[in-house]
Amino acid sequence: MNRRTLVHMLFPVTIGVVLVAIWQYLVVAFKVPAYIVPSPWATLKTLVSNWSVLGHATLFTLEITLLSLLVATVLGVIIAFIFVQNRMIETAFFPYVVLLQVTPIVAIAPLIIIWINNTVVALTICSTLVAIFPIISNMTLGLRSVSPGLSAYFKLQNASRLQLLLRLRVPSALPNFFAALRIASGLSLIGAVVAEFVAGTGGSNTGLAYQILQAGYQLNIPLMFAALVLISAIGIGLFALMTLLSKLVIGRWHETEQEHRQ
Amino acid sequence: MTQTMTPPLTRANVPAVEVLSAEKVYPNGTQALRPVDLTIQQGDFVSLLGPSGCGKSTLLKMIAGLTAPSDGKLLRWRQPIARAHKSLHKLAFVFQEATLMPWHSVRRNVRLPLELEGISTTEANKRVDEVLELVGLEGFANALPRELSGGMQMRVSIARGLVVQPDLLLMDEPFGALDEITRNRLDSDLLRLWKERGLSVVFVTHSIAESVFLSERVVVMAARPGRVVEEVCIEEPYPRTDEFRLSSRFAEYSMKLQQSLLSASQDSEVRA
Ligand SMILES: Nc1ncnc2c1ncn2[C@@H]1O[C@H](COP(=O)(O)OP(=O)(O)OP(=O)(O)O)[C@@H](O)[C@H]1O
Ligand SMILES: [Mg+2]
Repeated sequence: MNRRTLVHMLFPVTIGVVLVAIWQYLVVAFKVPAYIVPSPWATLKTLVSNWSVLGHATLFTLEITLLSLLVATVLGVIIAFIFVQNRMIETAFFPYVVLLQVTPIVAIAPLIIIWINNTVVALTICSTLVAIFPIISNMTLGLRSVSPGLSAYFKLQNASRLQLLLRLRVPSALPNFFAALRIASGLSLIGAVVAEFVAGTGGSNTGLAYQILQAGYQLNIPLMFAALVLISAIGIGLFALMTLLSKLVIGRWHETEQEHRQ
Repeated sequence: MTQTMTPPLTRANVPAVEVLSAEKVYPNGTQALRPVDLTIQQGDFVSLLGPSGCGKSTLLKMIAGLTAPSDGKLLRWRQPIARAHKSLHKLAFVFQEATLMPWHSVRRNVRLPLELEGISTTEANKRVDEVLELVGLEGFANALPRELSGGMQMRVSIARGLVVQPDLLLMDEPFGALDEITRNRLDSDLLRLWKERGLSVVFVTHSIAESVFLSERVVVMAARPGRVVEEVCIEEPYPRTDEFRLSSRFAEYSMKLQQSLLSASQDSEVRA
C-alpha cells in the first residue's frame, strides 16, 4: 500500500473516530437517555446481543440488494445496447424509462407487493426499478460517446457492427459503466429498504427495515440505531467494492482513476 | 525490410485516385471546397498545401470515403469509393491526431486493423513487430498510449497505418504536432518507405518546406472559399537528403509556393 492510499484511508477513518468519540462524550456528559439517543457503546452492545436476529436481517437485506443490483445491471446494459443500435427505439422508449425514474418507489411498491406473492421477488422488483435508471442512462451515454476519430477509423477499416460494439463502444463505455454501478449499488440498497418498509411483512423473511419498524413500535432506539449502522455498513461496503472493481478493470488506462479523486 | 512486405507493382498504370469535379458544401451551408479535379497515379507522392480552413482535410476525407462529395465523383483504382473497399487495394489513413484506443497497449493498437481483418495473431504480431521497428518504437510494444509522448503516439498511429501494407496512404498533417528535428527524421523515413513499397501518398500539410522536401507534386490550395489554386511539380530526384533542404533549388521552390499562396490569399480578400 503506498502513501497516497494510506492517506485516503486514514483521513476519513480519523474523522469517523473523532465524531464517534464526540457523540459518546456528549451522550455521557449530558446524560441523554438511551430511548432518545443511545451512545455508540450502547449501540454496539445492542448490536452484539441481538446479533442472531440482526445478522439474519442483514443477510436478507444484502440478498435483496445484490439480487436487484445484478438484475438492474444486466437488464440496464441490455436495454442500453438496444438503444444505441437504433435511435428510433431510444426515442420511442426513453420517455418511459424516465417515467420509471420519476415515479416514487413508495407509490408503486404496494401494488407490486399485492401482485406478487413471493416476498423476495416482489422486493427485488421494487429495488430493481430504483436502481436501473442510472445504468440505462449512463451506459447509453457511454456507448455513444466514442471518440469521433476512432469511430471514423473503424469505419475506414470496414468494421462490422458487432466489431464496433465490442471493440470500441463497450471499452469506451466502461468508465460510465463503473460510475453507474457505484450509483446503482447505493440505489439498490435504498430500494431494498424502502420496499421492505412498505411491505412491512413479518415471518422468517425479514430484513433490516423490518427490524427498524419493530424497534420503532417497541421504542427500542438502540436496536434502531444498530440496524441503521448495519444498513450504512452495507452501503459503504458496496460502494468500496465497486470502486475497487473499477480500479482493477480500468484503473490502468482511465485518467480519473489515475488522479485518485472521487 | 523483408521482401514479403513489398506489394506487387503490377497495377502501376491504374490511377490510385481520381477526383472528378468533386465539391463539398457542408449541411450548414459552408462551402468547404469548390469543384476539384485531381489525378494521383499509383506510386505518386502528392502534398496538399494551404492555410487553415482551405478544405485540405475535407478533400482527404472525401478521398478516404469518410465524407461524400455534395457534387462530382471520386474514384479509387477506377472504382467508385463506395465499392473500392472490396478491391484488393488497401488504404490507410493517418489522422491529424493519434486517435489510439487508450485501453490497449501499443501492440494491440497497431494490431487492430489486422484483427478486424481476421489475420491470425502469430502472423499479426510478426507484422506489428516489423512496423514498430520501422517507426523506432520496438521497445514500447507493451506501453499504454498515455505513457508515450505526443510524438511517439503519432508514430504508433503511423505504424497502425503501415501495418496493413497499404497501396494508398492518406496522411492529415501527421507531423504537425512534432518538433522540427523529429519531423525531419520522420519525413526522411516516410520517403524511404514510400520508395521501397511503391506506395501512393497524399500528404496534407501547411508547411511549405515539408511539402517541397517530400513531394513530387504540391497541390496549392486557398481558403474562403476552399479551392485548388495550382499544382507545382518538384523536379528533384530521390533520394532527397538534408543537403536538398539547404540548396538554392529548395529555396526557389519554397519561394514559388509562397508566392502562389500569397496571391491566392489576396484573391480571397478581394472577393470578400
Ligand atoms: N463538419 C463540418 N461542418 C461544417 N463545416 C465544416 C465541417 N468540417 C469542416 N468545415 C468547414 O470547412 C472548411 C474546410 O475545413 P477543413 O477541415 O477541410 O480545413 P483544413 O484545410 O483541413 O484546415 P486545417 O489546416 O485547420 O486542418 C472550414 O471552413 C470549416 O469550417
Ligand atoms: Mg485539417
